[in-house]
Amino acid sequence: MFQKKNLLWLVALAVFLAFPLVVTNPTYTTIGVFTLLFMACTSSWNMFSGYSGYIALGSGAFYGVGAYTMALCSLHWHMAAGAAMFWLVPLGGLLAVLVAIPVGWVVLRVRRHTFVVITIAVFFVAQLSAINAGFTGGTAGLSLPFITWGASYYNVPFYYVALAIVIFITALSASVRRSRFGLQLLAIRDDEDRALGLGVKVAAVKLTGFSMSAFVIGMCGALYAMFIGQIYPQFVFDPLFDISIALMAFLGGLGTLVGPLLGALVLESLQQYLTVSFSNGSLYLILFGSLFLIVILFMPQGVVVALRDRWTKKDERERDAVASNETTLMASGTK
Amino acid sequence: MNGTALIQALLDGVLTGSVYALMATGLTLIFGVMDIINVAQGILVILGAYLSYALTVHLGIDPFVGLLITIPTLFVVGIVIERAFIGRLKGPEKTAMSILVTYAVSLLIEGALNMIFSVNDVQISAWYVDRSFRVFGIYIAYIYLFGFILAAVLLTALYFMLYRTRFGASVRASLADQTAAALVGIDVRRVSTICFGIGVAVTAAGGMVYGATNSFNASTSYDLISRLLIIIVLGGMGSLGGALVAAIAMITIEDIVAVAWSPVWSTLSFFLVLVIVLSVRPQGLFGKQSARVA
Repeated sequence: MFQKKNLLWLVALAVFLAFPLVVTNPTYTTIGVFTLLFMACTSSWNMFSGYSGYIALGSGAFYGVGAYTMALCSLHWHMAAGAAMFWLVPLGGLLAVLVAIPVGWVVLRVRRHTFVVITIAVFFVAQLSAINAGFTGGTAGLSLPFITWGASYYNVPFYYVALAIVIFITALSASVRRSRFGLQLLAIRDDEDRALGLGVKVAAVKLTGFSMSAFVIGMCGALYAMFIGQIYPQFVFDPLFDISIALMAFLGGLGTLVGPLLGALVLESLQQYLTVSFSNGSLYLILFGSLFLIVILFMPQGVVVALRDRWTKKDERERDAVASNETTLMASGTK
Repeated sequence: MNGTALIQALLDGVLTGSVYALMATGLTLIFGVMDIINVAQGILVILGAYLSYALTVHLGIDPFVGLLITIPTLFVVGIVIERAFIGRLKGPEKTAMSILVTYAVSLLIEGALNMIFSVNDVQISAWYVDRSFRVFGIYIAYIYLFGFILAAVLLTALYFMLYRTRFGASVRASLADQTAAALVGIDVRRVSTICFGIGVAVTAAGGMVYGATNSFNASTSYDLISRLLIIIVLGGMGSLGGALVAAIAMITIEDIVAVAWSPVWSTLSFFLVLVIVLSVRPQGLFGKQSARVA
């Protein structure tokens, strides 16, 4: 059973590694890059919000911070357009952490729904600051150094860097889940007051989780800016981003490891495909809103959990059947 | 900054703040009674504004007269949203889920409004929208004054209903303790639905004044909802008086910062006040400490 699970992960990894080698059409590899970015962001968001139960709807702020780090550093340091700029990706993550620590210190003082409300507010303050601050270029946006890789090759490096981030966050999320720190996050989700009473340093645990999540989302934002080459505050600080990653995690299964990855894989590739095919934003909003309502009202645990429950029930039934056979055999043997 | 400009900013803050108070009261009433955070409040304000706009443009109805149509319309919209989606939510995570559900509803309405009215900015026009009169060297825009009177009348009516009627008593009982309210024979489900309707209906009036004082499109709702959420968190979630005080205080502070420093950064004052208040009182100005710890 355990080995079958590992084998599935390896097959998935092989498929993702082979994708750009098999599919060379830039339209589809672009969809691939966006999908991987959202898989990383959703998984990272889930590592904090899914485990701790603190639903953050302002993570887009860290995405934006990462994107502006990439844009401003590459411009001010006069970097040559090319692969060297990938080194700014982790820097974008670090800057996001620097922002996340003071923000988290304030917003994590409140619980549950007030927390959700305040993260929404923080997000809009971040967006507003990006629009109004002098150094961001305002609504005119910023153009990054133009990367002159050929059209057929352009997407490939971005794809593999994004895949590396996805592998990183999946490994991180899995190890957090198994660690003492992860258990503390889960304890906070189940009963924060009791966790506090049992000696969990809830404030420190929450802030650490929040910042770790911001790190990966910041990296994705930086990679996004480099990939797009031109950023605007209203697009890198996108309120739909916040709600999208929440929906993707809910669709797959909040607090599970594979759920958010699958949710993002399905939804983001679908959304990109629809945008390429129809390019109607309003219609997308309506479709997205409807899908969200259906998922939350009818499958609040997520598709993965719903399916897993069915599987495990089936397994249990089979195991019970085998076990009862064995006991009857043993019983007949002793006779 | 001179004295006249300061008084002007103060006055404008109080006049426009009262309209925000009306919208925020709807939001905090819904939260207090139902433990539901209605993130769609922002887009419903815009829906109210668009309805008034459509009535003035297509039928030539004065926006204030048009409220006789738009307020009942949004009341019904609220009832429908409550019955179709909100009422289905149950369990300990109900409040957090309600944010996601109403966000989704908000996206649906935003998409529909974009399709119907396009994304170009519009503004409601009437003779009093861009005129003002002068008292003691201070200019008062007619629309600010009329908006203030409207908000004052509606808020008074709302308070009268809550504190002087039998239905109001059952609403306040549900605010205090739902289980106890149900035990003494109050139909909490029905009270919740009507409260949601009322909480949404006030956005028709708020939206009309907002649409006359600002140019708007569907995406303006994001700015609105972030302000309204900050206001009710500051006031203490579920506190009606808190929403009133916080709304007027915040809008006044914003106006004064705009005059004293820069209009570009005045919205940031919202966040600064929020940070300061939450550092000292995480439950908000008028919130009760342990009343609603999830």
